Amino acid sequence: MAVRKPPVTTREYWAPGHAACAGCGCATALRLATKAFSEAMEEKYGDPDAFAIAQATGCMEVVSAVFPYTAWKAPWVHVAFENAAAVASGVEAAWKKKGLKGKILAIGGDGGTADIGMQALSGMLERWHNVVYLMYDNEAYMNTGIQRSSSTPYGAWTTTSPPGKYSIGEDKPKKWVALIAAAHQIPYVATASIGNPFDFVRKMKKAAKVDGPAFVQVHCTCPTGWKSPLEKGVEIARLAIETGVWPLFEIENGDFHNIKIQSPGGGAKVKREGGKIVAIEFKKPIEEYLKLQGRFKHLFKQPEAIDQLREQIKAMWKVLGVEVTLPKPEE
Amino acid sequence: MPIRTVMKANEAAAWAAKLAKPKVIAAFPITPSTLVPEKISEFVANGELDAEFIKVESEHSAISACVGASAAGVRTFTATASQGLALMHEILFIAAGMRLPIVIAVGNRALSAPINIWNDWQDTISERDTGWLQFYAENNQEALDLILIAYKVAEDERVLLPAMVGFDAFILTHTVEPVEIPDQELVDEFLGEYEPKHAYLDPKRPITQGTLAFPAHYMEARYKVWEANENARKVIDEVFAEFEKKFGRKYQKIEEYRTDDAEIIFVTMGSLAGTVKEYVDHLREKGVKAGAAKMTVYRPFPIEEVRELAKKAKVLALLEKNVTFSVGGALFQDFSRTLVNEKEKPVIVDFILGLGGRDVTFKDLDEALAIAQKALNGEEFDEVNWIGLRKEIL
Repeated sequence: MAVRKPPVTTREYWAPGHAACAGCGCATALRLATKAFSEAMEEKYGDPDAFAIAQATGCMEVVSAVFPYTAWKAPWVHVAFENAAAVASGVEAAWKKKGLKGKILAIGGDGGTADIGMQALSGMLERWHNVVYLMYDNEAYMNTGIQRSSSTPYGAWTTTSPPGKYSIGEDKPKKWVALIAAAHQIPYVATASIGNPFDFVRKMKKAAKVDGPAFVQVHCTCPTGWKSPLEKGVEIARLAIETGVWPLFEIENGDFHNIKIQSPGGGAKVKREGGKIVAIEFKKPIEEYLKLQGRFKHLFKQPEAIDQLREQIKAMWKVLGVEVTLPKPEE
Repeated sequence: MPIRTVMKANEAAAWAAKLAKPKVIAAFPITPSTLVPEKISEFVANGELDAEFIKVESEHSAISACVGASAAGVRTFTATASQGLALMHEILFIAAGMRLPIVIAVGNRALSAPINIWNDWQDTISERDTGWLQFYAENNQEALDLILIAYKVAEDERVLLPAMVGFDAFILTHTVEPVEIPDQELVDEFLGEYEPKHAYLDPKRPITQGTLAFPAHYMEARYKVWEANENARKVIDEVFAEFEKKFGRKYQKIEEYRTDDAEIIFVTMGSLAGTVKEYVDHLREKGVKAGAAKMTVYRPFPIEEVRELAKKAKVLALLEKNVTFSVGGALFQDFSRTLVNEKEKPVIVDFILGLGGRDVTFKDLDEALAIAQKALNGEEFDEVNWIGLRKEIL
């Protein structure tokens, strides 16, 4: 009887027994990322274990390494909140001197990457370390209890961007760290999502196989911080792609003229020119994504705020070279 | 054959690093220690040192990269000073807590504000509670030797703590002095390869490093750092003895000078010790029973040696280039703690001087002596005294 090959290795590096919340999208992201990494190492070096992880302080760090337990089946080191990239630089240099073949995976959340770890990340990328930096983006400081980060989207409720008489919630557009990373002209930059795990695994493998630095920003849901149903994580993440809120793209060698956009699905009409996506007409309104999350609940009383968010999303796509149409929900 | 030459303390520190053969160096330039990474860059560029030199974007990343490399099981080195060391502060605790034997060369420099690039010890003194071992060099030869010694102590299995070696900004960092560069073969014999016993980021033996500890375990982890510091006392003596045997230069945690019949002993650290020894000679010529003591090791604090020293004097005059607000200087705190329960103890007088590169002259030391003599004669005296203050501009 023929046995179908699983889409990604059955080897586990992120073991059961970690202390993440039920329905944690980031735990899914790390599990898939390490599996993909292992496959890439096997294909590149013939050794599926040829990697080490340096991780920033954050929710995925505290839930995985509570002494005397560990959820990690790979060599793993945590130092502080802001320096995963710098620590990874040191690990990579040490591996080079020891003659160890393999790649270093640095992991940080949006707080540890987009905010406090920005400088160390830029330094690591610019120095061209052979490191993949994985930013798991759950769009707030979830470790400390849902405070806004520079990766928090416009309009979102967090404990430090509460909606009120003089506030619509977070009042700044989301910082797109992947574009900042790409400005370092590194070999590979991608955005990904747990809403499209096949795409995510493919991108992690690609990132792990390049020679030099790579950066992957994966959108992952946080039922606690997003006030969303535990079982709907992947569905919500997929809706972010299908409504245009979360673009999936790749930028190689800092070539902003040749950004590879992945088709969003969800019935969107995609227009290509010479193989490149130049326009997307989304069919599902962003409201479909927003309405499943308590963090955006207040926006439905202020539709102009949702329109504002729509404008920001259009502007972001424009940077990617894509004209998008974002529908409003039918009245 | 060892090479006898002349060089600045910064060059001596770079030479020490070269001789110790670290596999990873990460550094960011800062006055007055910039020459250390510059010189190491040359060594690496010329193939004289086979190491990865990570030219980081900040001191914070310098120490972070050292932690990463050390956690991966290789010998590491960095150099910094003042604000640079302060920027490393957070990670210094982590390096000690993770028991990583990193060595830092520090060109001791004042801290802002106001910004000041000259010498005092406030930078390293401010890090005295991080768990790091601390050595202070009197001259450029000591800067070189103490870095080698620091590695040997830090990497000892009974210790496994990081270490910093301080040498005074400009007074040593930029001053050319005779230095003997030891034979590489002898250094290799003395230090050996750094081969950590446990698995360090080894894919074949994966371990988790740098975990979270709940209240049930945190205190024990801190105690292990305390215990390692305690163990370091004995290890330092052993390493000093071995160093003397191999290289012929004798080191002690506290080096005494003309203390045997002294009534007043001046205690200090770093390059000031040279000035003070000369001042003691000058006082002896005038019939004043004075002696000097130099703290070569400041962390772990040499408690037994301080108690022995205290038995020899009626007054201990501490000369400090640092301030611990309300209390005086850090040495004053440490000496007070060490002697508080002794049955017979000398009077301790504290002097804060030489901050931010202010020269310490015999005139200043005369001022300190006058106050110490008041204490000796049972007259009233101030416990904390700022020497050399320009009162007219206050």
